[in-house]
Amino acid sequence: MRRHGFVAGFLLLPVALYLVFVISPYAQAFQIALTDWRGVSANLNFVGLDNFERMFGDDTFWQAVRNHAVLLVTLPVLTIALGLAFAYLLSDSAGTPGARVYRVIFFLPQVLAVAVVGVLFKAVYRPDASGVINGGLARLGIEPVGWLTDQNLALWSIIAVMVWQAVGFYVVLFSAGMAAIPREVFEAAALDGAGRLRTFFSITLPLVWDTVQVAWVYLGIAAFDAFALVNVLSMEQGGPDGATSVLATEIYKNAFGYSRFGYASALGVALFFLTLTFAALTMRVTRREKVVY
Amino acid sequence: MSTTPSRREVLRRIGLTALAAGPGAGLLSACATSRSAGPVAASPAAPTSAANPLGVDAARPLEVVIFSGGNGDGYATDLHEALYSKAYPKAKINHVPTQKVGTQLRPRFISGDAPDVVNNSGPEALDLQSLVAEGHLADLTPLFEAPSLADPAKKVRDTLVGGVYENSLIDGVPRVLQYTVAHRALWYNAKLFDKRGWQVPRTWAEFNALGEEAKKAGIALFAYPGQVGPFYQLWNLVYSAAKIGGNKVIIDIDNLADGAWQAEPVRQAVAAWAQVQRDFGDKAYFGLDHTQTQVRHLKDEVLFYPCGSWLENEMAKDRPESFEYAIAPVPSITAADAMPYEAIMVGVSEAFFVAAKGANPQGGLEYLRMMLSREGARGYTEMTKNLTVVNGVVDGLELTSAVRSAAKAQEAAGTDIITDIRFEGWYKELFDHGQVQTNSVMSGRITPEEFCANMQKKADALKADSAIAKQSRSV
Repeated sequence: MRRHGFVAGFLLLPVALYLVFVISPYAQAFQIALTDWRGVSANLNFVGLDNFERMFGDDTFWQAVRNHAVLLVTLPVLTIALGLAFAYLLSDSAGTPGARVYRVIFFLPQVLAVAVVGVLFKAVYRPDASGVINGGLARLGIEPVGWLTDQNLALWSIIAVMVWQAVGFYVVLFSAGMAAIPREVFEAAALDGAGRLRTFFSITLPLVWDTVQVAWVYLGIAAFDAFALVNVLSMEQGGPDGATSVLATEIYKNAFGYSRFGYASALGVALFFLTLTFAALTMRVTRREKVVY
Repeated sequence: MSTTPSRREVLRRIGLTALAAGPGAGLLSACATSRSAGPVAASPAAPTSAANPLGVDAARPLEVVIFSGGNGDGYATDLHEALYSKAYPKAKINHVPTQKVGTQLRPRFISGDAPDVVNNSGPEALDLQSLVAEGHLADLTPLFEAPSLADPAKKVRDTLVGGVYENSLIDGVPRVLQYTVAHRALWYNAKLFDKRGWQVPRTWAEFNALGEEAKKAGIALFAYPGQVGPFYQLWNLVYSAAKIGGNKVIIDIDNLADGAWQAEPVRQAVAAWAQVQRDFGDKAYFGLDHTQTQVRHLKDEVLFYPCGSWLENEMAKDRPESFEYAIAPVPSITAADAMPYEAIMVGVSEAFFVAAKGANPQGGLEYLRMMLSREGARGYTEMTKNLTVVNGVVDGLELTSAVRSAAKAQEAAGTDIITDIRFEGWYKELFDHGQVQTNSVMSGRITPEEFCANMQKKADALKADSAIAKQSRSV
């Protein structure tokens, strides 16, 4: 009993901080979502599920959800594929010279703040000949491309930035996973005459599957965010015509632009459940027998 | 809180009561919404007199929040606050410059600790409707009725340019003072026109003809920034519509009148501008922000740019000697326009309000009265190169060529002044929706008819939304 008291004493402060700064805002968001709060009064009018009804009838909401769906598939697939490929090429079994240097270089974008990345890519995507990409195209005599102003390209341009920024982290993560695989397994496979591809799919991938699974959840959650990049890069904060809108930008606009804090909280609650559902589903679908070696 | 807080209160403030009282009740009391502001007793006014018509308590401190944007906040510290200190040396002034008006002040309004004077500008300006609904904005009637410091024989209201009082009304009560005057139309380089021997076009046919000329010289006839600042073009579309159909077009739009956006003048204006963009524009500008576009304008890559008379001040650092800002009215779109070619938009901006539940509302009103004094208004123009709403105080001042050109254009326009757009402040959702639709129609993704229909749909939805307080105007 005394030992429990001792442990509780240590836990008291962190748990209190967690309750106040994490759990209570969540609880409040649920509460505010049921009101018509405008952000400057101390009193809340309860309006039941009005905000949710409005949300389900709102085209902008569904457009944002569709964009999240695209992000949810492409961001993890592209990032994990690239991350695995790079990590495999840099792993000891591949024996690429200078692997450590590459790992550092790949990781670099990860240390940049998202806003910095946004501003950086604003210059990269600039739609006239002063842009990094369009400047190169102009030299080849190709018309400048509106990377962020073309409805069919805008979301992909933003996904490319997200992948660029995320890949480095997963290269390091997968590298660590691969380094933990016993060398004998590869040697045995090599003796059996397995090529590089075969080794990758039959040995490496199954043995880092746990890590891939975690990566998928992380990236899925990142796909539900994308706020900063969309805010800095896109036109009309989610345009053109909502082609890049995500729930976070809609929440921001409704709360701080239109003082619809109640509605914004309802969107936040929707986002909460979407993220939760996704994480639960992923864990379930990708669950499989653990490989023991 | 005047008394020393008890231990229990201290605990509650850091949220630990939550643990003692169980999760739920105590927890929520630590956060924004459930803390009660309580009724704040209106601060009693000092007795009024001829010298002190607003009843200012000479010793009470005054807090002034200034949006420190393009105009800086030096005009407040060095000029207006200095004036106040001179008149009331005992009053301590607390000057708060900020770039994030909303983020910084929202919690203070909730907790009942509002500053006295607020310059509500910038990208995070507070939504005035919701502040009025909670009774946070002081009634400015005493200010407008008080004798002016610019001309003691007149009331403050009578020293201001037309439209300022009407613009201050929310639900029929004056609540917000717009301090500066801006002229909005098309800006061009007068020196370039001189050099090439070009005439400013007066009709849409001349505008198109000039577009062909400019094209040969490798200059885009017209551009607006699509990435940050598509509202410059939204303004331009609506002002052009008013030129075709008269100010009634704008008044109907502001009043959310049925079919206001689908009126023929709106469609004609949008169609005309979409045609100019299609034939003479460059799609790169859809992805540029206002600064990038304005720099290209200064390099003579763009002939006409829709903006306001603050433009020269904003671009002062980048402007080459070969560029002289001048304003041109929008060319007449049809032969039967309701307003003549000379008509331009003259509007007011830079909102100031006084908090009703602050510690010193009388001092706040007095501060605004000093801003509207001859010294306060003239000094502001000297420091920021912006004209204020006070009439006749800038004689002999050296103004920028943009402001001089705008003053001349206003003279030519006479009474044909295009009115301001108020739905921008009244219904920000509609305004933002308008920016999206503007980019859409200008880049040819939707037709002018679809633009009108989309705007009408949003306006109708707002009209039907009981959560949004409705405003109306007759002039």
